[in-house]
Amino acid sequence: MQNKRTGFGTPELLFALSVGILLVVVAFPMLLIFFNAFWVDGHFNVADVVKVLQRKETYQALLNSLFLSGGVTVTGTIVGTFFAWLVTRTDLPFKKTMKLLFLVPFMLPAFIGALAWKMLLSPRAGYINRFFMDVLGFDNPIFDIYTYAGIILVETMYLFPFVFIQVSGALERMDPTLEESARISGADLFTITRKITIPLVLPSILSGALLIMLYSMAHFGTVAVLGVETGIYNIPVLIYEKIHQSAGSFDSIRTATVLATVLVITAALIMWTQNRVLAKGKYQIIAGKSFRPTELKLRGLRIPLFAFCVLYIAFTIILPTATIFLVGGLKTYGLPFDMENLTWANYHHILFEWDLTRDSIWNSITLGLASALITMFAGVIVSYVIVKMKVKGKGILEFLGMLPFSVPGSVIALGVILAWSGKFGISIYNTVWIILVAYIARYMAFSLKANSAALEQVHDSLVEAARASGATMAQALKDVVIPLVRPGMVAAFFLIFLPALRELTVSVLLYGPTTRTIGVAIYTLNEDGETVYSAALAGIALIIIVVGEVLIKRLVTSKNGA
Amino acid sequence: MANIEIRNVSKGYGGRAVLSNLSLELNDGECFTLLGPSGCGKTVLTRLIAGFEAPDAGTILIGGNIVADAATGDSLPTDKRGLGMVFQDYAVWPHMTVFDNIAYPLKIAGIDAEALKRRTLESIEMVGLKNLEERLPSQLSGGQQQRVALARALVHEPGILLLDEPLNNLDANLREEMRFEIKALQQKLGVTILYVTHDQEIALGIADRIAIMDADGRIRQIGTPEEVYEKSVDDYVFRFLGIANLLPVRRRNDDLFLGDTGEAWTGETPATTGDRFTAGFRPSDVILAREGEGLPGIIRRASFLGAQIDYLIDIAGTLIRATLPSHEGVARDLMFVENDPCRIHLASVQWFPGDIVVTNRV
Repeated sequence: MQNKRTGFGTPELLFALSVGILLVVVAFPMLLIFFNAFWVDGHFNVADVVKVLQRKETYQALLNSLFLSGGVTVTGTIVGTFFAWLVTRTDLPFKKTMKLLFLVPFMLPAFIGALAWKMLLSPRAGYINRFFMDVLGFDNPIFDIYTYAGIILVETMYLFPFVFIQVSGALERMDPTLEESARISGADLFTITRKITIPLVLPSILSGALLIMLYSMAHFGTVAVLGVETGIYNIPVLIYEKIHQSAGSFDSIRTATVLATVLVITAALIMWTQNRVLAKGKYQIIAGKSFRPTELKLRGLRIPLFAFCVLYIAFTIILPTATIFLVGGLKTYGLPFDMENLTWANYHHILFEWDLTRDSIWNSITLGLASALITMFAGVIVSYVIVKMKVKGKGILEFLGMLPFSVPGSVIALGVILAWSGKFGISIYNTVWIILVAYIARYMAFSLKANSAALEQVHDSLVEAARASGATMAQALKDVVIPLVRPGMVAAFFLIFLPALRELTVSVLLYGPTTRTIGVAIYTLNEDGETVYSAALAGIALIIIVVGEVLIKRLVTSKNGA
Repeated sequence: MANIEIRNVSKGYGGRAVLSNLSLELNDGECFTLLGPSGCGKTVLTRLIAGFEAPDAGTILIGGNIVADAATGDSLPTDKRGLGMVFQDYAVWPHMTVFDNIAYPLKIAGIDAEALKRRTLESIEMVGLKNLEERLPSQLSGGQQQRVALARALVHEPGILLLDEPLNNLDANLREEMRFEIKALQQKLGVTILYVTHDQEIALGIADRIAIMDADGRIRQIGTPEEVYEKSVDDYVFRFLGIANLLPVRRRNDDLFLGDTGEAWTGETPATTGDRFTAGFRPSDVILAREGEGLPGIIRRASFLGAQIDYLIDIAGTLIRATLPSHEGVARDLMFVENDPCRIHLASVQWFPGDIVVTNRV
C-alpha cells in the first residue's frame, strides 16, 4: 500500500513527456539554426556571420524588413486607435455592427488581400489604374501597388485589428469614474482625453503596435506577392529564395540561418519590449466589467465620419473580396467584368478536376485538423506541468513552449528542414509530415496560452478535494481537471485549426510536389501567371475560412451558454 | 480507532523551517482545534496529515498506522488515508451538480448505485440542501457551497475530518450557524475533527480541546477551551484568545503598586514570588465605579454599542478597555462621557511574571 516518494509515477511521466515534446519539436530545430549560423567547419565563427550580413542582399533585406514593418506599425496603430476610439467613445451610428466589421480583416489572409490589390492597382494591368487611364484619360496609373507604400498600405489594411482589438478593449473596460472624477474636478473633455484617457490606454496602444510589428516583420505573403516585380524583398522572402533557388547548397542554407537568427533576435527584442510595456501598464484602473462610457457627441461630423467608416470597409473588405471572386470567374485574366466573360468553369475545374488544387484543399484541411488535435493534447500536458506541478526546470519548459510565439514562421520552417531532412536519420523532407511537425512547433504557443489560462482557473484545492475523497491522481485528473479545462482545449483547437487552414509562410518553405497547402497553391499559381485559377482558389479559401469562423463562433458560444 | 499522532514532525520550505519537532495527539472522536496566526504553519500541519505534503522529519500515524515517515520516505497517498476534508475556498467542483459533488467519494469507493443514491440524499438532507440536488455550484450561495463541501467530506463516513478555515468566507451569522452544525454533526457521527482557524471565537466555541500555536510554529498550550481561556500559560495565549488588558504591577517591601506609580494595587495578589508582574484581564472583568475605592482612571473614549457600552480608560498612562451591559450602565449611573474620572476593580486577574511590553501606552 505504501508508495515511495521517489517512485516514477504520473507526475514524473508527465514531466518527461513534456520535456520530450518540447525538445524534439521546438528546441532541437531552433538550436540547429544557431548552430548552422555560427558554427563553420567545427569552429565557432562570428566573422563569417558578419560577412554574410555585409552582403548587399542581406543588408537590403534587413533594411526593407525594418522599413516595411516600421511603416505598417505606424499607419496600423493610427488607423486602429482611431477606429477603436470611434466605436467606443463617440455616438457613431451602428457602433456594434461597425465594431464587428472592423474585425473582419483579421479573418482574411493578408496575401489573398495582396493578390486582390495587385489585380486592382498594378501599374499596367490593375483594374482601377486601367479605369483611370482608359476611361478617364489619365496619362499615368494613379497608384502603383508594387512599391514600399503599396506594401505598407496593404499590410496596414489587414494588420490594424491588432491595435483595434487591444485599444477598444481597454477603452471599454476602463473604469468610468476615473474620467468622471476628472470632469467633476472641472476638466473639459479635451483635457480629459489628453491627460487621463490617452495615458491610461497607452499601454494597450503600444502593445498592439508591437504585435503589428512582430507580425509584419515575419510576414512573407504580401511582400512576396507585391514586391517581386520591383525587387522589394524582406527577410522571410529572402530566406524563401535562398532555400528554393539554390537547391540546398551550403552557402545558401548558411545565409538563411544567419537571416533567421537576425529575425529571431529582432522578434525577441519586440517581445521583450512588449512584456515591459504590459508590466508597466498593469494599472488597477482597468476593471473587468463593462459599462457605458461618456460618449463624445460628433454632431456635424457624425454622418461624414460614418460615411468614412462605411467607405473604408467597402474599400478594404468588399472591393478586394469581390475582385477575387470576379477574377476567379474570368475566362482570361485581363478581360472586363462582363457577363459573357464570366464563367463557373474555373471553380469547377479547381474543385473537381485539377489534382493540384484539390490536393491543396485536402492537405490544408487534414494538416489543420491533425496539427490542431496533436497540439491541443500536447499543450494540455505541457501546460499542466507548467501551471500545476512543483518541479524544477519548468521555467525552461515555459520558455521553450512560448518561444515559437515570437519566432517567425520562416525560421521554424528552416529549423525543421535542418532537423528532419535526413541529417539525423529521419528524412521527411518533401512529405506532408514535415509540414505537420512545423505546424505543431508553430502553434504550440497558442495551445499553451489557451490551456494555461484554463488551468489557472482550476484551483489546486479542487484536485486535493478529489484526492481527499479517495480518488487517485489519475482519477482526479480524469474527473476534475480534464472536464474543467475542456473549454480551453476547444479554444486551443480552433486557435490552431483556423490559422493553419490559411497558412503560407511555413508551408511555402516546406512543400513538395504533392504537398501544397491552399496558401502555397494560391501563391505558386499566381507566380506561374495562372492569375485566374489563383483567384478562384483564393475565393474558395475565403469561403472555407469564413464558414469555419462562423461555425466555430456558433459552437463556442453555444457551449459557453450551456 | 481514528486518532492522530504526530511525532517530532518538522517541515520547511526553501530553507525556512515552518514546523520544527512538533508533537501532538488527537484522541478518537474529539473535536480538536488548532488556533494560530496566519502563516504559523497550521495549514501545513493539516496538509501533512492529509498527505498533500510529506514531512522532512518525524512520523505521522492515523489510527495507529504509520501514514508518513520521513526516515523511510514512506508516504501513504491521500486517497488511502480515509479522510474527509473541507477547504477554505470550499473546492466544490464547478462542473458537477450538488448531487454529483456529494456522491463523488461514494462513486470512487465503488458503492452500488442504490446505496450511493440513498446515502448521498441522506447527506444532502443532513446539511439542509434538500431540493437543491440538481443545482450547479454557481447557482448556490457561499454558505450553501460550504454545506456541499461539508456533506462531501462526510458522506463516505471517514474516521477523520480535516477542516481548514472552512468558515472564513462566510458572513458572521452564517459562520455562527455553521459552527453549531459542524459541532452537532461531529457529536452525531463520532468523527475525529481537526479544525484549523485563526479565529479564537470559533475555536473556543467548537473545540473539545484547543492547541494554540505561535508565529514560529510552536505549540504554546493545549487544553480545553475553559483551561486555555481562564488559565493561559503565558501572555501570548492570553492575548490571542480575546481583547487583553495588561497592567504592570510592582512589589515593593511586600506592598503591591501599579507600575512605577505610588498608586497601591487593590486587586487580587499574585501567588508567586518576585517583584515585577503583569496583570492580565478581559474588558468584561472590569468593574466600574464613579468614586470610592479602586484604581483611579480617566475615560478617554466612550462608545455606546447597543447592548453594551465600551470604554477606553487611561490608568496611570496605560490604556485599557472595559465593557459593561447597557442596562447596568443606566441602572448604576455608569454612563460616562469622555474625560470623566472613574475607579476600577477587577473581577479576575491572570498573573504573568515580569514586565510585558504594553503597546497601548498613552
